[in-house]
Amino acid sequence: MSNVVEVTDVSKAYGAIQALDKVSFSVKEGEMFGLIGPDGAGKSTLYRLLSTLLVPDSGKLTVLGMDTVKDYRALRRQIGYMPERFSLYPDLSIAENLNFFADLFGVSVKDNYDLIAPIFSQLAKFPNRPAGKLSGGMKQKLALSCALIHRPPLLLLDEPTTGVDAVSRSEFWDMLAGLRKYGITILVSTSYMDEATLCDRIAMIDHGKILRTDTPERLVAGLDENLYNAVSANMFRLLAGLRSLPEVIDCYTFGATLHVVGAESFKADEVKRKLATQGIDDVNIYPAKGVIEDLFIKLTRNDQE
Amino acid sequence: MNLRILKALLHKEVIMMRHNPIIPKMIVGLPLMALLIIPLVATFDVKNVEVVVVDNDHSQLSRRIIADIDASQELAVKSVLTTHLQAMDLIEKGEADVILSIPPHFSRDISQLDVEANGVNATKGMLGMQYVVSSASSTLRMANIEEGLPVPSQASSVLYRFNPTLNFRHYMIPALMVFLIIMICGFLPALNLVSEKESGTIEAMNVTPVSRITFVLSKLIPFWVTGLLVVTVGMLIGFFVYGVAPAGNIACIYLAAILLSLVMSGLGVAIANKSATMLQTIFVMFAFIIIFQLMGGLFTPIGSMPEWAQYITYAVPPRFFNEIMRSIYLKGTTIFELRSQFLWLTGYALLALGVAALTYKKRA
Repeated sequence: MSNVVEVTDVSKAYGAIQALDKVSFSVKEGEMFGLIGPDGAGKSTLYRLLSTLLVPDSGKLTVLGMDTVKDYRALRRQIGYMPERFSLYPDLSIAENLNFFADLFGVSVKDNYDLIAPIFSQLAKFPNRPAGKLSGGMKQKLALSCALIHRPPLLLLDEPTTGVDAVSRSEFWDMLAGLRKYGITILVSTSYMDEATLCDRIAMIDHGKILRTDTPERLVAGLDENLYNAVSANMFRLLAGLRSLPEVIDCYTFGATLHVVGAESFKADEVKRKLATQGIDDVNIYPAKGVIEDLFIKLTRNDQE
Repeated sequence: MNLRILKALLHKEVIMMRHNPIIPKMIVGLPLMALLIIPLVATFDVKNVEVVVVDNDHSQLSRRIIADIDASQELAVKSVLTTHLQAMDLIEKGEADVILSIPPHFSRDISQLDVEANGVNATKGMLGMQYVVSSASSTLRMANIEEGLPVPSQASSVLYRFNPTLNFRHYMIPALMVFLIIMICGFLPALNLVSEKESGTIEAMNVTPVSRITFVLSKLIPFWVTGLLVVTVGMLIGFFVYGVAPAGNIACIYLAAILLSLVMSGLGVAIANKSATMLQTIFVMFAFIIIFQLMGGLFTPIGSMPEWAQYITYAVPPRFFNEIMRSIYLKGTTIFELRSQFLWLTGYALLALGVAALTYKKRA
């Protein structure tokens, strides 16, 4: 299979700020590729480069076999881009927005309706509602429909689920999964680490650098060693207590529990006893399953050291 | 440029205009209000000049002068007082505009009359003074003729060509069209364009096959059409409401209007391209519009400006449009006689559109 996206040693700076620093990765045809990283990692810059809106300072981006700098005109007909900000016309109704984008690309809504039907069906019930009056999740569905109306072989989605409620987020990912049977390659970015496992492969990006690129399973493999959950009635005191112990490499909140990264000498019973001497006697420590977020914290911790 | 895309974009603009709660009403309301109300209100004709007379003569002649002033259309005698101090008091209170002092023994000596005007409202003071002087001198002339005395030499005669009654409306209606074209063809496309930046929609547009020229044209064409409609409505109102019809060729008026629309819309788009928010656009547009309005010969005749300022007016495109409109409307001047104004306007149109095209970037 050929690579739909090929990014080689791309750097981009805004004045003194290095937004991207020698970034390289590639996306295979038909793949759902996730770009995972916190806010300010350089994800949106990368999207703007891929969507031909920016020109890199150095390096080369090839999208669908075309250079993003030289062939930008031809490329703009081919990609479906959904910017991070809602960028449909709020004054236009749902149907008017969709028809407008179809007209721009010279395609008919009817011919391509099969592709967007699963996404658009909910919106089709009130076609005359202005796009600006839709809920966050509905807006994203409409934006995705508009980005898809010309059947692009590549879909660039920049943080499509940011600011969307949990139910709509999972619905949105289901829709993306549904698109894969049409062979559409999807490059999606997110700052929600839990969404990473829904991708075929992910690139972890921070401070303009790609930290790792691999399948989510392979990335988290081996993380479980010496990773524990810790809970107590007073979580804050527990966090301080654990961080004071020499056999604890790192400790951070993870949902309702604390994740503890132990050194080789870490023994759960021993730690419990030590904590009891500090007056924390209701601690429960048990092994945890490592996820992408743990990897991210680990990688950024190594970065700082 | 792709006509199919342009059509799609124009279709979108029309729909958005229909959905907009304010702009369509403004486009209809502003020209109507401007053309129906402003010519009636903004008039330079001075009426109801309040005159106080300090009569130290108390003769038949002095009473006749006062009666004639009171009888004139523009002047009203507020009161007849005995001391100058009292008269100044009224001026200071703002209750009088002009003081006429008649010296003692005026009718016997035919000495000088003394006229003073309140300069706070310069136009009213200046014109009021002239009215008083001409009223008094005509009274004196009449009195001399009746007495069989030699008549003082005739004051110079004034004749206003092309606008014999100096009707302000003849002068104002062409000028208002300039104002409307500046507003509709300059302001609205600029705001429309920058609103796409603010709402982020331009980002999605930039990743489509829409070329820069098509996108900008889709913003301009609706307002060019509107601009020409406004000129048409303006001419109709001028004719049916005020009885002002262009003396010259209507096609020339349209040509000039098209050229000014191009200049103003090009300027508006260039400013919008360079600004990130509505606020910036509005501010910069205002700076240009104030200069254009005040230095374009709309209110102050260019000939009355200091010489250095007259040179600056060559950088003010509406100046040429004003000249064209007034010449065609009042004098029926031909396009050949106005060729230099048309050439200037064409030059500015090309410049503004060039800058607009160059400043529009499809890349961020």
